[in-house]
Amino acid sequence: MPKTERRNFLLDFEKPLCELEARIQQIRELADENQVDVSEEIAQLEARANVLRQEIFSSLTPAQRLQLARHPRRPSTLDYIQAITEEWIELHGDRGGSDDPALVGGIARLNGKPVVMLGHQKGRDTKDNVARNFGMATPGGYRKALRLMNHANKFGMPIVTFIDTPGAWAGVDAEKLGQGEAIAYNLRQMFSYDVPIITTVIGEGGSGGALGIGVADHLFMFEHSVYTVASPEACAAILWKDAKKSGQAASALKITSRDLKELGLIDRILTEPASGAHSEPLEAAATLKQNLRESIEKLSAMTPEARRKLRYSKFRQMGIFEQGEIS
Amino acid sequence: MSLFDWFANLRKNEPPVQKRQEREIADGLWTKCSVCSAVAYTKDLKNNQFVCLECGHHTRVNSDERIEQLVDKETWQPIGEDIRPTDPLAFSDRKSYSDRLKDYQAKTGLTDAVKTGTGLIEGLPIALGVMDFRFMGGSMGSVVGEKLCRLIETATDQSFPVVIICASGGARMQEGMLSLMQMAKISGALHRHQEHKLLYIPVLTHPTTGGVTASFAMLGDIILAEPKATIGFAGRRVIEQTLREKLPEDFQTSEYLLQHGFVDEIIPRTQLKKILAQLISLHQPISK
Repeated sequence: MPKTERRNFLLDFEKPLCELEARIQQIRELADENQVDVSEEIAQLEARANVLRQEIFSSLTPAQRLQLARHPRRPSTLDYIQAITEEWIELHGDRGGSDDPALVGGIARLNGKPVVMLGHQKGRDTKDNVARNFGMATPGGYRKALRLMNHANKFGMPIVTFIDTPGAWAGVDAEKLGQGEAIAYNLRQMFSYDVPIITTVIGEGGSGGALGIGVADHLFMFEHSVYTVASPEACAAILWKDAKKSGQAASALKITSRDLKELGLIDRILTEPASGAHSEPLEAAATLKQNLRESIEKLSAMTPEARRKLRYSKFRQMGIFEQGEIS
Repeated sequence: MSLFDWFANLRKNEPPVQKRQEREIADGLWTKCSVCSAVAYTKDLKNNQFVCLECGHHTRVNSDERIEQLVDKETWQPIGEDIRPTDPLAFSDRKSYSDRLKDYQAKTGLTDAVKTGTGLIEGLPIALGVMDFRFMGGSMGSVVGEKLCRLIETATDQSFPVVIICASGGARMQEGMLSLMQMAKISGALHRHQEHKLLYIPVLTHPTTGGVTASFAMLGDIILAEPKATIGFAGRRVIEQTLREKLPEDFQTSEYLLQHGFVDEIIPRTQLKKILAQLISLHQPISK
């Protein structure tokens, strides 16, 4: 991405790094013009930039990670699909009267084999985002996902899903068409599939709207993505009675990939490029592709029965409680 | 002089200690309907399953009361009574989650927001889960998920139908993602139950919202609801805020869901046991 464009979407904590990078660039240009050798100085500055990058990205607060997860330049579902597949045909419609642009899906060829891919789709800019409803899917979106997953199961194709949504759409029509029913039905149906299911949280995983395509054999999260029971803003408004406490809520809710790995809720964290997936989208895509390949190979070696069993026991053990007489 | 004035006068004349005792008895003796303000003798109200005798308003019932209403006498066998919540995230908002849990446990005498067990309903075996709104708004955390899963698994093993009386504000935020995953966990257990061709009937009572609506509340072979219950996925206020418009009166009520095809029938509480027993009996395998 051109540097100027990147500056338009700069997050606060990225600023010192970006300024340093801009200065290095400036010096380089000046040196070129004046034909002076500044390679030593540049090497020093670049080393400093690396240290700074390391410092910034290794000590992000949960609220900062949330910002990264929602970064407008963060690769989206369609970006990843286009980057990692050899072929891709998007399919449309829930066969019930709607086609939701906030949840996309289709058939792809990945490492030579057909798979069904689907996921929430956010927009690139305001106009695109309005069309995509900011990645908030309607009941029609979940029913399109269901239809595509049924298709995958029928033809023995692995299901690869991508989570990137603030949550399912909360609107009058969504309620009228049964948002709750649509998500619930997917949750149960996903336990029935014979084919492998792999889910990756690529950006923001918001509540039931995320889980509605997330009952998987393998659940991955990109390093700076988040997955949460309720948006930190909503949680702050409800529990703190103050929406401004969302930073505190983001920490308390344990929404980062590292937290969720520790809680045993996800299988693997996918390492992001040093300055986040949006800085080097192709590098992030390569990581994703590598992990999907390994995962599909591993799951394909199992019998359908064993996969369903794995899926069941994986979710069955989620939860922390005490049992027995009170000591 | 009305009966109430008479009570008030009586209280005034009592010495302080006895006055408090008198008040406690009086409070429990009579109950005022929050909708029509009719005052009823609590015993009569209880006999009518806490449905207002005047206007038919379904007041909230706790889980013990509900079990008494539905299950044949002396057949109730609880499951997972010794499962208790912990504070896995060391969560604290304006108050710590562990303190909140202790307070609710002391106040309600419950361990968490659901009671589960098996019993007979008009002689027919069922696995019954009853959510209790008094405990943190019936919210679903690890304990609710675990107890419901064990209930459903027991039902699958013993070929029992499952009935769950839903009453919940949704997932329990204080347990973070562990709560969200209970939606998947319970749906998985229901999938196995369904594979065995067994009957599942959720009964939606006031209120059934959020993560409960987006999982087991909507997965029934037959879905029943109590009159005028609030049922929905997103909260009414959330929708009003995003859309900045007033919503219709009946939005997200049992009647609204019935009209839009998401509920099979609205059953008054006083007929619930009879209808459940009838439905279960209609699904009994035909004997050879």
